[in-house]
Amino acid sequence: MSAALSLEGVALRLGRNPVLAGVDLELARGEVLGLLGCNGAGKTTLLRLLTRVLRPDAGRIELAGRPLESYPRRLLAQTVAIVPQDTQAPFPFSAAEIVLMGRAPHRPALGFESASDVERARAAMRRVGIEALADRSILSLSGGERQLVMVARALVQDPELLLFDEPTAFLDLRHRVDVLGIVRDSVRAGRSALVVSHDLGLAARMCDRLAMLHEGRVVAAGTPADVLTPDRLRRVFGIEADVVPAPDGSPLVVPHRSAPSGRPTGAGSC
Amino acid sequence: MKRLTPRRLLGALLALAALAGLAAVLGISVGASRIPTLDVLRALLGGEVSAATRDIVLRVRLPRVVLGLGVGASLSVAGVLFQALLRNPLADPFVLGVSGGAALGGIAVLGLGAGLGLGYWAVPPAAFAGAVVTTLLLYAVAGVRGRLSPTHLLLTGVVFNAFASAAIVFIAAMSGLVEGASIFLWLIGSLASAEAEQTLWVAAFLALGLACAVPLARGLNLLALGEESAEQLGVDVERYKRILLAATSLMVGAAVSVSGLIGFVGLIIPHALRLVLGPDHRLLVPAAALGGAAFLVLCDSAARALFAGQELPVGAITALAGGPLFIALLRRQHVRAFAP
Repeated sequence: MSAALSLEGVALRLGRNPVLAGVDLELARGEVLGLLGCNGAGKTTLLRLLTRVLRPDAGRIELAGRPLESYPRRLLAQTVAIVPQDTQAPFPFSAAEIVLMGRAPHRPALGFESASDVERARAAMRRVGIEALADRSILSLSGGERQLVMVARALVQDPELLLFDEPTAFLDLRHRVDVLGIVRDSVRAGRSALVVSHDLGLAARMCDRLAMLHEGRVVAAGTPADVLTPDRLRRVFGIEADVVPAPDGSPLVVPHRSAPSGRPTGAGSC
Repeated sequence: MKRLTPRRLLGALLALAALAGLAAVLGISVGASRIPTLDVLRALLGGEVSAATRDIVLRVRLPRVVLGLGVGASLSVAGVLFQALLRNPLADPFVLGVSGGAALGGIAVLGLGAGLGLGYWAVPPAAFAGAVVTTLLLYAVAGVRGRLSPTHLLLTGVVFNAFASAAIVFIAAMSGLVEGASIFLWLIGSLASAEAEQTLWVAAFLALGLACAVPLARGLNLLALGEESAEQLGVDVERYKRILLAATSLMVGAAVSVSGLIGFVGLIIPHALRLVLGPDHRLLVPAAALGGAAFLVLCDSAARALFAGQELPVGAITALAGGPLFIALLRRQHVRAFAP
């Protein structure tokens, strides 16, 4: 069976800057892969390649064994959904209307959402815990609430691959855990997920595998325990940290109290 | 869960159509000689009225009212489309300077085209071209890699409007168009020169523009969360931009070429309708057509009725009504957005 997603030698320049310099990455079906790295390491850019907002200068991207480039626009929108870092809207759409937009790739261009679309939207909002926000204007929601709306929208899109760009950035601890539970659930239902995160601890707990992006390449990929080593954290993030096992065996990163030993190697800042 | 259903869409559009109908009857009824509503209806439906009344209704006031309906609809829909595309509720063909560009194109042909043998028929296409060029210019000046800064956009529009107005006066002076009030009417906007032929231009351009815009309505909703977000839901954003450029330029070009620079219609009506009907473009686009049509005819009726024997240019009414109302709506939206 082909992988849900595979990248081979993917490279991209934005202006003069090489952002990605030959990324190799594989994501199996039913797997949650965490993508770690400094600010500016190219994580968000990588996600934008996967939604085809950007196109690579070199390399191959395959989605379910088929070149990403060959996907018709609508099929791609049915296959990949993304929860972006933050979402702003200029008009007072209600949370429910935003969530229903996730059905757009599944509907003809004209017409209205069906009863089953509405039911899906309701179920997704219930799952994410934002039923009470359904009729509230997106303009009146907090950053965290908007993020939950976008999680519900991505679920309603019913994709095979879910992309999360720091899904928990604006969320309190309780909602972080909730969203991570939702990610795990959707993977159990046969999807795959790629999660960009700065929260190493949560990433280590929720992801099957981690990949670390540094200077435009994947410098490490494997189980959380394989990837999160003190040596690598020093090299990539420029921090001194202990890595200790949590009660469930997943690695916990505990940065030292003292000032960092030096800058990380290469471009980007942490 | 509140959402747009076919029933709600139909109900809202019927109500707005009725409002436009009432506005039209009122618009025909008021003026230098007031014609009773029943007589207006009789004349329109071919019933028995005096010959003088029939002439006033069918030859003088009807073309003007129909033109008002068409221009109001065009400006209002263009406003909705600009706002959706630029993700900015302050966008309006007048504020953005697109109307100014269209007027400049129109007057250039009117003033300088006579030597080339270009007749009046060339004015609407020239205004369309002026609108296209201005929109592209806006993108070039205010955009960096396809992203538009709202502040730059509005400032560019305001400055371009001032420039266009100056150029219009300049061209008019060169070509002897300054006699009478015609140049003044171009600059402030009026329906006073309504003729049946113009009505056809506006109706045709409006129909084309709506035919372009209505099928995109749901995609316009998706654009609200940004171009990237819309693309991720399957919208071909670049194609949308090209179609919307054509649609808005058609509507603004036709409206401006027959009525000059009538401002704020594309700002007031979409705002007001969004507050009442919500932001869904599947309803908002056709509703803006009907609402804008009713609004401009009502404004024009006021322009003719306020001072007995002397009429104001309708652009003065829309600007007088539009400025304060706009600020009030903006303030309300602002308060709403920050309410806990």
